[in-house]
Amino acid sequence: MAEEYAVQMKGITKVYPNGIAANQNVDFFVKKGEIHALMGENGAGKSTLVKMLFGLEQPTSGEIIVNGKKLNLSSPNVAIANGIGMVHQHFMLVPSLTVAENMVLGMVPKKSGLFIDRKKAVEITEEFSKKFNLPVDPNAKVMDIPVGMKQKVEILKALVRGAKILILDEPTAVLTTQETAELFKELINLKNQGYTIIFISHKLNEIMQITDRMTILRSGHSMGVYNTSDVTPEKISRLMVGRDVVLKVQKERAKPGEEVLRVRDLEYVNEWGKKMLDKVSFSVRRGEILGIAGVESNGQKELVDMLFNLNTPNAGTVTVNGESILGLSQRKIRSKGVSLVPEDRMLYGIAGAASIQENLISDRCGDKKLNKGLLFDMKKIREEADQLIDEYTVLCKSQNQRVDNLSGGNIQKVVVAREFSNNPSLIIADQPTRGIDVGAEEFIHNKLVELSRSGIAVLLVSADLNEVMELSDSLIVMYGGRICAYFEDTSELNDEIMGEYMLGLKEQSPEQIRRVCHE
Amino acid sequence: MLDLIFSPDFFFAVLRITAPILFATLGAVVGEKAGVSNIGLEGTMMISALFGSLVSYWTGSWAAGLLVAVLIGILTSLLMGFFAFILKTDIILTGIAVNMIGSGGTLFLVKVITNITEGTALASTTSLITTANQIPSWNIPIIKDIPILGEILSGHCILTYIAFLMVFLTWVLLYKTPLGLNIRSVGENPNAASSVGVSVLKIKYIAIAFSGAMAGFGGAFMSMYYAMGWSLDMVAGRGFIALAAQAMGAGEPVGSMISALIFGTAQALSIKVSSKGIDSNLVTPIPYIVTIIGLVIFAVIVRRRVKRQHSAAALKESAK
Repeated sequence: MAEEYAVQMKGITKVYPNGIAANQNVDFFVKKGEIHALMGENGAGKSTLVKMLFGLEQPTSGEIIVNGKKLNLSSPNVAIANGIGMVHQHFMLVPSLTVAENMVLGMVPKKSGLFIDRKKAVEITEEFSKKFNLPVDPNAKVMDIPVGMKQKVEILKALVRGAKILILDEPTAVLTTQETAELFKELINLKNQGYTIIFISHKLNEIMQITDRMTILRSGHSMGVYNTSDVTPEKISRLMVGRDVVLKVQKERAKPGEEVLRVRDLEYVNEWGKKMLDKVSFSVRRGEILGIAGVESNGQKELVDMLFNLNTPNAGTVTVNGESILGLSQRKIRSKGVSLVPEDRMLYGIAGAASIQENLISDRCGDKKLNKGLLFDMKKIREEADQLIDEYTVLCKSQNQRVDNLSGGNIQKVVVAREFSNNPSLIIADQPTRGIDVGAEEFIHNKLVELSRSGIAVLLVSADLNEVMELSDSLIVMYGGRICAYFEDTSELNDEIMGEYMLGLKEQSPEQIRRVCHE
Repeated sequence: MLDLIFSPDFFFAVLRITAPILFATLGAVVGEKAGVSNIGLEGTMMISALFGSLVSYWTGSWAAGLLVAVLIGILTSLLMGFFAFILKTDIILTGIAVNMIGSGGTLFLVKVITNITEGTALASTTSLITTANQIPSWNIPIIKDIPILGEILSGHCILTYIAFLMVFLTWVLLYKTPLGLNIRSVGENPNAASSVGVSVLKIKYIAIAFSGAMAGFGGAFMSMYYAMGWSLDMVAGRGFIALAAQAMGAGEPVGSMISALIFGTAQALSIKVSSKGIDSNLVTPIPYIVTIIGLVIFAVIVRRRVKRQHSAAALKESAK
């Protein structure tokens, strides 16, 4: 009986115009009335898959069948008309409007043909709120209600528009523990009323708790469909986390020297009151590469932001060579010998419309040796840029070319050339090789090893298992804003162990973790 | 001196002077609510003022002049919208262009269309508007006989009454109608609006057309009542003052009206004081100085409020 399935996505392939294949021949079948998890690491292709189901993207090939009907989901309106609703990770709500107004936006009930029927809007909200046991305050402004309630409003918004299939994109990412527990009760309630729920997550314990079945994705491929009751968390972890090809990086053993970066008890609570960093302490020493592994959004981004004063911690200390750098301007931090290869190179790494030359000297353009009186010494600057382009093998027509005309790999080489050549004592490399070609990746890896062996401290933050496991001398794993493991020697590690720590199945003792402070 | 200034006569002048600022302010309010910064109000008022006075002269009907002024206002702003929303030009730059057309372009047009002035004298239409085709005034029955109050409230141009009535109507539009709800949601979170099928583009066009219509009323008031004819740069910054009034009134109709009244008072004051023989070089800047002071006060208040909210949020957090 075909009607057994609410959603059948068959042989879905999605190739973006830039050539990246986000999904390759993925089958995704969801039964009616079940809670089905779509699991995978960041970048595994979960979001792309559901975007196609909700009509936000169109598949390159493959077909989508909803309730036995083959659909051409050209826009979200088509999806909504066919009973599909989506709760986005970033809420689609208007803050200054009330809950009831947000509920009826786009389908406002009228009275006397001209005015908003507020009473009716409140009635509709209350009716649905009661029916699905999702308590909300219809008259409160959305900006005044807690995140958990905002999410309920989003779910109700989908339901009021007739959704029978609900897609929830990482719904627990913004919720506190109690709010998550509440959400799960509500989802099970919805399931009991015959609704189908697609639950996107990379959190194992949540999946085990509330889903019936799951589809696991890894780098765009489906790793199969499983009944939740039939699989162990360890098996899921193995399917989710793992390398298809193991890249080896040649490096000699590290001989760590004195401490350079010292982070102690760093805490950060974000604007929604969620703890993103919880007593994070570690040290990085001269001559070593310390890796930070972890599934994304477990506090890594916040940590790097704190170290470079892009955000302010609630508590804790950060010192470089014994001097505190918290609250210093980026220029001061740089003058203490800290370099940053930022995660988002287009936003923080380069000025896209400026030339390669200008980008290369942007951190040192005030140096005496590049200036002659009030003006630039263009000859010296050209020499410096030429030398860096040569050393870092940046492929370009001339140093006056706009930097955003280069390929991703060459842009990253420009960033790296600048950050590595400023006599740093600490390099923070945040996802240094994301989305670049293998050649550039290998080059940057070798350069990092070379620099660390020459006595520079390197902090490597990466969600790429290959990179973080092969490049680091020792590494820490972050989960839920905390350091949950420290491995002094990465050579004894394997994917399986990493997966278990990254997904929060295991945690080391505080004493074991404390060793990363080298005290 | 003070009792000379604060006479019924003075308050009458305040209302009269506020009216065109108020129209433009309401245009700015609705535009900003939809996330459309219509910085071209000044120029739109100038263009509307010119065509209003011309049509009024040609037809001999102030109503026809007013209608054309409003239509021209809408047309100008829709054109701005087309450039900004469809051709993706920067809306601020588009607004500046409209303001420049409103200044130099109108002068050129008036010379070409009417050739009314001789030789190299600056063209204007000041001789075209007479008491016969100006927008009429209205004496309010009963109220006109109340002493003082009658002197202040009665006998205004009908557009003055419409301006203050529009404050209420704008509030109703924004807060009581589905269109207003859509306007506010488009301005705050266009993604949220479009995700539930609200056409962001359509709503933005409606909002900018509304602000153009308001500029049209304001322009008509200037050339067909206040100054009795069009002349170069006659709007004299009212379109910009309106933007300040919108900001100072936190973008709300009533608050912005109060701000517009403050500016109107400042302007009335400068006229009154200069008529008392004080150097007009000294008093003419008063309204503009008040604008700057007003904006500074507004910015300080907003900063304080944001700070308070932050510390409240921090307190809540530490209480956990």
